[in-house]
Amino acid sequence: MELVCPAGNLPSLKAAVDNGADAVYTGFRDDTNARYFAGLNFTASKLAEGIRYAKAKGKRVFIAMNTYPRTDGLPRFEQAVDQAAALGVDALICADIGVLDYAARRQPQLNLHLSVQGSATNDEALRYYHEHFGIKRAVLPRVLSMAQVRHVIEQSPVEIEVFGFGSLCVMVEGRCILSSYATGRSPNTYGACSPASHVAWIETDAGLDTRLGGVLIQRHPKGESVGYPTLCKGSYRTEGRTHHAIEDPVSLNAMALLPELAAAGVAAVKIEGRQRSPVYVKQVTRVWREALDAFARDPVGFAPQPAWTAALAKVSEGAQTTLGPYHRPWQ
Amino acid sequence: MTATAAPRLSLGPIPYYWPKEQVEHFYAMVADSPADIVYLGETICAKRSQVRFEDWLTIAARLRAAGKEVVLSTLALLEAESELKRLRAICRQDDYLVEANDLGAVQLLRGRPFAVGHSVNVYNHRTLALLAADGCKRWVLPVELTREALAAMQQQRPAGVETEVFAYGRLPLAYSARCFTARARNLPKDDCRDACIDHPDGMVVETQDANPFLALNGIQTQSARTMNLLPALDDLRALDVDILRISPQSQYTGEVLALFHKVRAGELAPAAANEALATLMPTGPCDGYWHGAAGMAALAAA
Repeated sequence: MELVCPAGNLPSLKAAVDNGADAVYTGFRDDTNARYFAGLNFTASKLAEGIRYAKAKGKRVFIAMNTYPRTDGLPRFEQAVDQAAALGVDALICADIGVLDYAARRQPQLNLHLSVQGSATNDEALRYYHEHFGIKRAVLPRVLSMAQVRHVIEQSPVEIEVFGFGSLCVMVEGRCILSSYATGRSPNTYGACSPASHVAWIETDAGLDTRLGGVLIQRHPKGESVGYPTLCKGSYRTEGRTHHAIEDPVSLNAMALLPELAAAGVAAVKIEGRQRSPVYVKQVTRVWREALDAFARDPVGFAPQPAWTAALAKVSEGAQTTLGPYHRPWQ
Repeated sequence: MTATAAPRLSLGPIPYYWPKEQVEHFYAMVADSPADIVYLGETICAKRSQVRFEDWLTIAARLRAAGKEVVLSTLALLEAESELKRLRAICRQDDYLVEANDLGAVQLLRGRPFAVGHSVNVYNHRTLALLAADGCKRWVLPVELTREALAAMQQQRPAGVETEVFAYGRLPLAYSARCFTARARNLPKDDCRDACIDHPDGMVVETQDANPFLALNGIQTQSARTMNLLPALDDLRALDVDILRISPQSQYTGEVLALFHKVRAGELAPAAANEALATLMPTGPCDGYWHGAAGMAALAAA
């Protein structure tokens, strides 16, 4: 199983390569990718440097180009595809049909992956992308159960990558516009969810209020630790009860499922977090490398070691991890 | 069709889970309404079983007999094999046009005429051209896109493809594998006890300062506010939009259709209709997306 790690900058890319990533995924410094944050991502020359570094050590570099351009933005995306091809990137990870079509026709040598933002949850959708664009791999949205992952892989015409660790989207990626409903900016259109530019922290007598686009999404009592305010992880009221109505502030850690993922035929496991620090990338990559190596040595006796779990818990958002949807018994 | 009848009015699929009797009563009303096109079928959750495929076909036949164009709509989120099986059955029939709400459905419909709904991401003309080459005859503007984005699309729209805009209703904002209605009731999804049938317009999510923000509809999250593009009718006409979609709500859908119809027919001033519409919405209006603002913003809408 290939270990695919995030890099939001050159130090993170080097940290991933040096600590055991098989592949590193990156993005250009603009809204062509779903982690468009200030100071993050790569210029073409930095990426060229990163690719040289990774290739010298036998590792692969992918570029995510996984937002959805509007008609007037397409030329910019087409240039970005050409640039990725010129850089000799090992794979381009796309979501938009128009972008995939351009890449497949104009740069046929490019290895195309379907991004999680492409929202493919079934084999018929995968067949669509495969037959039209010759995608080699697809990343599944973080909503499928283990049984469903297994089923998709059995029927899939392409290899499958799944998320193993990191922040957890409870919605089907590519089909969630909660962020733009509150702020005008979504992952699809702008490359960012719950953008920092629209977050306001307001001190009150009771503690701290977090607002996104003016909407109160979290109310923290004094002294409570405050995480990044993602809209779907806020506390709201339904039928008079205040709770995490959409999603708890937890993150994904599927390490315990490595044997099941391997048995299902998962080709690659992805670590979320291009927006995180090089320290995060180093820690998480190192632990997952150890785990994958341990599993390769002794598949039957594999179990996550307490030290690994503790190291990962330290860098998790919300400091609480879950198996996410993989472990639900129901459809 | 006369110029004053443009754009045509469509009634989207019922996004909620209503008892069968209510569904039948609803479509009896629709048969006599000014709706030109009616989308039928379950698009949100396969566990909603009161109205079966054969029942939908019966309703479809009645609506067709009443002069409506009927389109069979499909699930937006396809995960289980059982869901694909039902989808295949819908795609196999050729009495009615099918609306694909997932690329999986597009794949099954390739080579035949089909429509794509708003949960298929058609964000640029290149995407639309490729879908059209596969047989797409109609597309719905993704709800988060602006008037400007639509204008650019319309300039390069492939021949023979109709454009539909979601013009009225609680906005579809997200889909998940999790059922939020069941979650709010502390029920697991596999034992949801049809929790969503108690919420004929979704379950409202309020912020902690009592602002109605979202509406939970099973695995779908909607806006609490109702999108209303009636005030933009002149723009929509100028952009050659063929069809305006009205999304069903449990009450007053007939009145909403009638108001849209009177304005398009020139029988009622948009401002007067807008005032009336505002009283028919469960929470209040929004139209921010159309104007390039936050979706929840109410700019021109009542």
